[in-house]
Amino acid sequence: MDWTLIISRAVEAGIGSEAIIYALAAIGLNVQFGYTGLLNFGQAGFLAIGAYSIAVTVATFGLPFFLGVGIGLLLAAVLALLLGIPTLRLRADYLAIVTIAAAEIVRLVVRSVALSDTFGGTDGLQAFSGSFYDMNPYPPGEYGIPPIIGFDNRSMWVLTVGWVLVAIASFILFMAMKSPWGRVLKAIREDEDAVRSLGKNVFSYKMQALVIGGVIGSMAGFIFALSRSAVQPDLYSTDLTFYAYTVLILGGAARILGPIVGSMLFWLLLILIGTGLENAVNTGTITFITVNQVGAIRLMLVGLGLILLLIYRPQGIFGDKREISLDAR
Amino acid sequence: MHAESLPAGKTAALKAFEGMAAEPGVAKPDPILVVDNVVRRFGGLTAVNVNHVEIQRGSITALIGPNGAGKTTFFNQLTGFDTADEGQWTFNGRNMNGVSAYKVARQGMVRTFQLTKALSKLTVIENMRLGAQAQRGENFFRGLFPALWRGQEDEITLQAEELLERFKLDAKRDDFAGSLSGGQRKLLEMARALMGKPELVMLDEPMAGVNPALTQSLLGHVKNLRELGMTVLFVEHDMDMVRDISDWVIVMAQGQVIAEGPPDSVMSDHRVVDAYLGAHHDAPLSAEEEERQLHEAEAELEKEVKE
Repeated sequence: MDWTLIISRAVEAGIGSEAIIYALAAIGLNVQFGYTGLLNFGQAGFLAIGAYSIAVTVATFGLPFFLGVGIGLLLAAVLALLLGIPTLRLRADYLAIVTIAAAEIVRLVVRSVALSDTFGGTDGLQAFSGSFYDMNPYPPGEYGIPPIIGFDNRSMWVLTVGWVLVAIASFILFMAMKSPWGRVLKAIREDEDAVRSLGKNVFSYKMQALVIGGVIGSMAGFIFALSRSAVQPDLYSTDLTFYAYTVLILGGAARILGPIVGSMLFWLLLILIGTGLENAVNTGTITFITVNQVGAIRLMLVGLGLILLLIYRPQGIFGDKREISLDAR
Repeated sequence: MHAESLPAGKTAALKAFEGMAAEPGVAKPDPILVVDNVVRRFGGLTAVNVNHVEIQRGSITALIGPNGAGKTTFFNQLTGFDTADEGQWTFNGRNMNGVSAYKVARQGMVRTFQLTKALSKLTVIENMRLGAQAQRGENFFRGLFPALWRGQEDEITLQAEELLERFKLDAKRDDFAGSLSGGQRKLLEMARALMGKPELVMLDEPMAGVNPALTQSLLGHVKNLRELGMTVLFVEHDMDMVRDISDWVIVMAQGQVIAEGPPDSVMSDHRVVDAYLGAHHDAPLSAEEEERQLHEAEAELEKEVKE
């Protein structure tokens, strides 16, 4: 067993680009689901919009990179408005249905053959991240703490930008949730009729939460696209949304640090188990499974872990038990 | 307070109602709420069909009626929680039909609910703060800068603490509302509604599920609202309570206002008795009627014997 390799891979995953992507996606969900109680099952669609906005703007149309960023943020807000206008006046389940369908529509549109000149079909798009990496201040080389952590200069640039985005988004939410604005959101999560009877425009607040969460989701899409220097439509399927929910619930919903720690821990454990099992099989420590089965078993173990978490600690790592256990009647 | 002297608000309200005809839809000297032809249908069922009703400013008006009379539906129409099919109503002279619930509340017409809606995962003080109107920090961008709303928040907190003290909830200030008893939740809901400084407080069954000890204190609070210059309209089933605190009673049955009047006399109004107990429940049988029924019964018996 090569423990250095296993631990190194796990720690790198825990602070790497996946952790950033899922942290941002889960921060967006935290605004919507954690604080406001909106069931957005289409967060993958918002990530796809962010990722494809950069890719299409730069790779297909040859326009500047930052224009793509602007378009991504704008389109995410527009998508949120489009989803919210018909559904936010209805019961919560309708938003869930509409968002899950909308995310699939986004994915099917960008992978369609008819539009492959623009979106690149199932292969997606490449060669759009040049101007992003041109801004890289890190000279080529290896960075980190050998032998555990080691990133090249390109990864370092993605990680820096990514974690700064996470920090900014979290700080803004921290301030917002402490304010009377955040109080209204939390009250809507409890009982929107009560909030309405106190003179608050519930529809407007729910729309704001949906837009803010979606825009943060599109930032996750930026990092997703840039860290791989490629976009592929099938990476933005519904699994992504549900992994993001897993991350959020693991860390603790309605907590600022919940999605961040949840995401780091989720990736650390996932890679630790995966690499550990692979290594054990390769070195002959475990003989009853093959390397090809490791991927599936890894997900089974994650699923088991989540079930145990929901039974024994439903509020997640940071959640407040009292917030969960108190029930109206 | 001396036992014989009534509080000022009560005296004023009684004076306003003095000599008023006890007829449904009677005009009041200074109505805060005027309702005309409000109709709400659920499929074939007409749940509410109110021709005309006025609520006197500064009074405590009770809305009573048997189960299914449409009282809560009527409440929902007036407060914008449900859309009326027809009709219009004015609050302080302003037309209110089609106005959404949150705007109704901002105009000064605040309601509570039959099933208490205390926000159980917020603390008591946060529940109270939420009730305040026109908060600067409730805008997302301004909310990010505490300097812009901290001062107002302190004022709101002070106001909330005063109300909590009045409603004897100050000891629960930092507890989650979910940990309160049913009666305390009713108190909190009422106190929270007052944070918005309403003119008309609409209470939907304020006494439902409250233990008798707390009932007295709740009654006191409702009476106190009138003394503070507010108008109260409430739905209630408990007739003792209605008699105790209301200045005027409106009776609904099958969606319509069937009677109005002072609490002492309205309960003996034949229309009200009929609505609660059914018409003819106490009509005496005449001699001929008795005779006829007897013959019918005999004929039936004979028929059975022959067969």
